[in-house]
Amino acid sequence: MDHLSALENKSIFIIREAYYRFRNIALLWSVGKDSTTLLWLCRKAFFGKIPFPVIHIDTTYKFPEMYAFRDDYAKVWGLDLIIGKNEESVGSGMGPSRGSKLDCCNELKTNALKNTIASRGFKALLLGIRRDEHGIRAKERVFSPRDENFKWNYEDQPAELWDQYKSTTEEDNHVRVHPILHMTEIDIWNYIKRENIPISELYLSRGGKRFRSIGCVPCCSPVESNAGSIDEIIEELKTTKTSERAGRAQDKEDAYTMQKLRSLGYM
Amino acid sequence: MEEQALHIVIVGHVDHGKSTLVGRLFYDTGALSPERFEEIKRASEAQGKPFEFAYIMDNLLEERQRGITIDVAHTFFSTQKRKYVIIDAPGHKEFIKNMITGTSQAEAAMLIVDASRGIEDQTLRHCYILGMLGIRQVAVIVNKMDLVGYAEDAFKTVKGRIEGVLEGLKITPAYIIPVAANSGQNVASKSENLSWHKGPTVLEALDSFSPLKIEEAVLRLPVQDIYMINSDGIAVGRVESGTVKKGQQIYILPGMGMTSVREIKKFGEENVMSASAGECVGISIGRGWLKRGDVLVDRPNAIVTKNVHANIFWMNDRGFKMGDQLTFKCATQETSAAIDRIIKRFDPASIEVIEKDAREIKAAEVAEVDITLFSSVSIDMYAEIPELGRFVLESDGVPVAGGIIV
Repeated sequence: MDHLSALENKSIFIIREAYYRFRNIALLWSVGKDSTTLLWLCRKAFFGKIPFPVIHIDTTYKFPEMYAFRDDYAKVWGLDLIIGKNEESVGSGMGPSRGSKLDCCNELKTNALKNTIASRGFKALLLGIRRDEHGIRAKERVFSPRDENFKWNYEDQPAELWDQYKSTTEEDNHVRVHPILHMTEIDIWNYIKRENIPISELYLSRGGKRFRSIGCVPCCSPVESNAGSIDEIIEELKTTKTSERAGRAQDKEDAYTMQKLRSLGYM
Repeated sequence: MEEQALHIVIVGHVDHGKSTLVGRLFYDTGALSPERFEEIKRASEAQGKPFEFAYIMDNLLEERQRGITIDVAHTFFSTQKRKYVIIDAPGHKEFIKNMITGTSQAEAAMLIVDASRGIEDQTLRHCYILGMLGIRQVAVIVNKMDLVGYAEDAFKTVKGRIEGVLEGLKITPAYIIPVAANSGQNVASKSENLSWHKGPTVLEALDSFSPLKIEEAVLRLPVQDIYMINSDGIAVGRVESGTVKKGQQIYILPGMGMTSVREIKKFGEENVMSASAGECVGISIGRGWLKRGDVLVDRPNAIVTKNVHANIFWMNDRGFKMGDQLTFKCATQETSAAIDRIIKRFDPASIEVIEKDAREIKAAEVAEVDITLFSSVSIDMYAEIPELGRFVLESDGVPVAGGIIV
């Protein structure tokens, strides 16, 4: 079996395990390349029709192209789309320039997610994080439990042997399931190419710049690049010396911001 | 370049230099971006240290403050030959469950031993776990050769001892390599100081390993779930061994029903005729019903039983006391279980039997046990079909032990 098929089969196995354990599950879709790939894998796992809701956490600061992409493909793929927003914080003017970026991510992403989970009673979430994105994510389990405060207990994670994932317990508020944890950035692009997965045009170079990772407008900077097609992105990644999240301002505030954010329940 | 990535776990006693070796390997092969290098330099300075290669793997603040690895980290790099996933495991006894978690995903291992300190408790414990999990491709890395003046004699002493330990576990190390990881000697390039070593560097040793070959074997397809698609019940699952073919007669274990494969489904593919080990498929059958936990086989040669004889390793702190309620999970099968007999328990750090006919198993101990299950399961010997020959025991939803059917 070739590399991409091996990765795909591993992901589909995990997605199906998660759906068996938690009929009350949802997919977290940021509209970025990773969660769109995950969404594609879910369509394959369930023969075209995803049998659970897809959540988009809307900070109101996303790129206009992302909102358009979301609405288009929610229709094309017949998604049961839930838009989660922390109305209270948005209303009071929370933003990355008011206070720290950590506070902003925590309010507009993590707390919006908390509210959405609480209101719908989801017991599990599928997330498109990957181990090679960040050293903290490299420590994740495939099934990663969170308590009622969304705390990630990274100092005492459950054992995870072979393909046996932890059953749920009463202390678990919900379980984060990570079906593409084992894929790298270049795997994702090779898979997008093979499967012809639609992807936001923000990733393609315009005027000598492109986004390697997308999120909120104020905290995303493009990288210098002339890669205007998926093939060119793959070529670029083979030799690049910059890291994928170099343009993501929230990781850079402090060496351990990602750890702090994630321990509070960030993705 | 080879297609699939090779998964390698790095094991050994605390402070013998596992994370440093991986960090150095990463750095010397050019896999570390300048930006990440700067980040680690700053973090090292903040902890009052010179450039700390281990920080490439140890990213938690607590890990850097305490100078230890708490949990496994997976990292990715490539050589001319292939892609690698390097799994850095923690070396403390208290994090043994994390070490086992990492090792369960590996096809090969590098065992690190500090030349100045020799074999210690976790060296022995980790060796034992490698043997038990059937990891036969092992390279031993004798690290910190700088602390013993690069002396060949010191190396030979450690080499002899570790060979003795591994021999008892039926592991023949492919290489035993003297290195000084923090200065990169014999990691990616040969060391002048260690010119008496005629074998490969760590990087060359890695490239000489091979992926686990999946032998042509009998069919095992455990059912994961049933989906209703166009009012047709489709059983989904992953082929764990062998090949499933359209039209084939199959048995449904553990019940011993017989049926045929009417159709194999994969989204976006028409008329799938067969699927082999590793493939996730949907199956519709001619007659009868399937449910999660059923195992589809082509010949009724699997073991259908309520009694399992196994070697288990205990992972949680509480340990086990006779009478504790457990859940047995093997592939997609799950049933209540009780350990009725602890034939013997021992501490792999000493490899001496602690007690026969025991009433308890303590944290990080290994035991030979008889387990009685509430419902029948379909299993195989670990040595024959590992996917159906290994299991996890849970207590109140928490995985507490792993086991190998012998």
